[in-house]
Amino acid sequence: MVSPAPRFLAAPRNVAQRNGLDSMDWEYTAELFLGGLTRGSIYALIALGYTMVYGIIELINFAHGEIYMIGAFTGLIVTGVLTMMGWNEVAILVIAATVAMIYSSCYGYTIEKIAYKPIRNAPRLSALISAIGMSLFLQNYVLLAQTSDFLPFPALIPEIGWWKPYSHIISSAEIVLIITTAVVMILLNFLIKFTRIGKAMRATSQDRKMAMLTGVDINGVISMTFIVGSATAALGGVLIASHIGQINFYIGFIAGIKAFVAAVLGGIGSVPGAVLGSLVLGWTESFFTGYVSSDYEDVFAFIFLVCILIFRPAGILGRSDTEKV
Amino acid sequence: MLTFTEIKRSFLVSVWFMFLTFPIMVIRVNTIENVVIWRWKNMLFVGAGSFVLSFVWRFLMRRKEVGSKDAEAGGTSKSIFQRFMEEKRLYYPALGAISVIVVLFPLVFSMYQVNIMISGLTYVMLGLGLNIVIGLAGLLDLGYVAFYAVGAYAYALLNYHFGVSFWIALPIGAGLAALFGIILGFPVLRLRGDYLAIVTLGFGEIIRLILENWNEFSFGPSGIANIPRPAIPGIEFTLHQNTIFIYYLVVLLVVFTIFVVNRLQDSRIGRAWIALREDEVACQAMGIDKTKTKLTAFALGATWAGMAGVVFAGKTTFINPASFTIWESVMILCIVVLGGMGSILGVVVGAGFLILIPEYFRAFSEYRMLAFGAALILMMVFRPGGIVSGMRKTYQFEGIENGEASDKKA
Repeated sequence: MVSPAPRFLAAPRNVAQRNGLDSMDWEYTAELFLGGLTRGSIYALIALGYTMVYGIIELINFAHGEIYMIGAFTGLIVTGVLTMMGWNEVAILVIAATVAMIYSSCYGYTIEKIAYKPIRNAPRLSALISAIGMSLFLQNYVLLAQTSDFLPFPALIPEIGWWKPYSHIISSAEIVLIITTAVVMILLNFLIKFTRIGKAMRATSQDRKMAMLTGVDINGVISMTFIVGSATAALGGVLIASHIGQINFYIGFIAGIKAFVAAVLGGIGSVPGAVLGSLVLGWTESFFTGYVSSDYEDVFAFIFLVCILIFRPAGILGRSDTEKV
Repeated sequence: MLTFTEIKRSFLVSVWFMFLTFPIMVIRVNTIENVVIWRWKNMLFVGAGSFVLSFVWRFLMRRKEVGSKDAEAGGTSKSIFQRFMEEKRLYYPALGAISVIVVLFPLVFSMYQVNIMISGLTYVMLGLGLNIVIGLAGLLDLGYVAFYAVGAYAYALLNYHFGVSFWIALPIGAGLAALFGIILGFPVLRLRGDYLAIVTLGFGEIIRLILENWNEFSFGPSGIANIPRPAIPGIEFTLHQNTIFIYYLVVLLVVFTIFVVNRLQDSRIGRAWIALREDEVACQAMGIDKTKTKLTAFALGATWAGMAGVVFAGKTTFINPASFTIWESVMILCIVVLGGMGSILGVVVGAGFLILIPEYFRAFSEYRMLAFGAALILMMVFRPGGIVSGMRKTYQFEGIENGEASDKKA
């Protein structure tokens, strides 16, 4: 039914070599720092969509990880077809990412229409269960339509020639990932703060009924949020899969959970918060696995989440608001 | 009903789904050998399927709208099950017939069937336990399987190290699970519904990962084998007799569970749970201790999982962490949600549906999880109460206006 959960990301490269080295070795520390930065950027690309959807309809979209997974699969399929035709790598990367983004947006749109829209006014528990159902459905849909095995994903991001000497510290693929995350964050922040649709999104998240009364097309705004969030996840899916080198139908689950932890850590609903939270999570995980143990990496992430929720439920950048009766 | 616009809409829906599922359903690539397989037939299936389903979807939507209007007008429609439960003349004979079938089952059917029934009944126990947490107290617990694991490992490890027998392990497993329920309960008391779901999910994964990685304690992924089956001291059982014995044992445990949960539901604490589910703030204003109420819900729910875990370890004689993944939790959640949250009969029916039907339709077992996912969504959209929705206690004012009518009902 479900193959054993693969580790979402590999442990830092030289954890085995460390024995014998001075643990205060600055190069090792720097490597862990950069590893954490990459890791954080990866989480951030997924966490951004999570936080946007949560901000607007206050629903943990469990299917978000699955949308990321579908984006990666679509990317792989496009890559496979184009490689057959003999296109060059950069063109394939651009086209694969674009197609994956379009398809994932369509999935996000459809999922919202089927599983969330009809129960928007039902108790929260209903929407949450529906989201779990959607996640289960999409996982098994890809499992049945594609395969349960790990599929190798070709490395699409080329090594830049003059960067080669430094690539043992941070590879060009990792640089592309980090830059993409930064650009996406800035664009999303701009979208939310300065555009008309962004204003509508903020209004909807503050008070849906009132926004409706002032003429905001609620359904359109919510659909748009899902579309943008899903597109971000798909972009992440293609880049991350190409960086990690393999995908299967199960990658969305643990990635989704980690991204959620990051989003909560940063303050759910806030775009810069999601990125900050992802980076903090990435760094702590990286240093934890580098200096303590890599067996309990996921355990650590969950314990971290529990601690945040207990001591600072609003997250780093979130505002805590008291519930009114 | 089959107007042109309807057909056009369904046609558009089917075109949309054909587009949507195109890459994943139709193309399959092999990046090592550079082979692309095109499966156009799948596209046809998707198109035809979504065309038909969109009609069904709209039909159900319309029915739901009519239903909600009825409810607003004051007409409460009772389900078949509810009417059945109220009709004492039918209810008691049916209960008797079911008991006779249950008692005679292992004498008539083969070992294989009895084994399936045992696992079905174990899930009834798990479902009833989770029903306390989700159905009554309204706390979405996605890490429920952790308590099941605690029970199973408690028996396995106590037996391995100290030779503790099944009968002593049963209460210990239940108690340990309850303790873990409280340990989990404390930090998450302050969390709202959706955070709670994630934290409990994380808790379930923590327990599984610890069992998988801590080799000295739990023997890691290879698990623990040769756990003795439950037996009466002094009597030698054959394998066949032992299975039948376990069957009756599980039946007794299920009956005990149903009895306790039924009593709990109508007790002071049960009503406090329901009040908490409906409105936390109002509940506190009424003087209900939120902390105590939530913790008892967690602890009591976990107790049954612990017991079921001990029984599971005794029945299979081998356990490893792979039996306690998050999907097991989701499965139990499915049982509770499909059957009807907060309803005992619902959980029994739900477990029957989800455990027994896939066992007898082995050919479709690949599609099982797909169907579960779809069922969760459809249930939430069209019938949030489940197959057998929980009955709410209603008290009627036997006043002047319709005194006669309510007299008859009472």
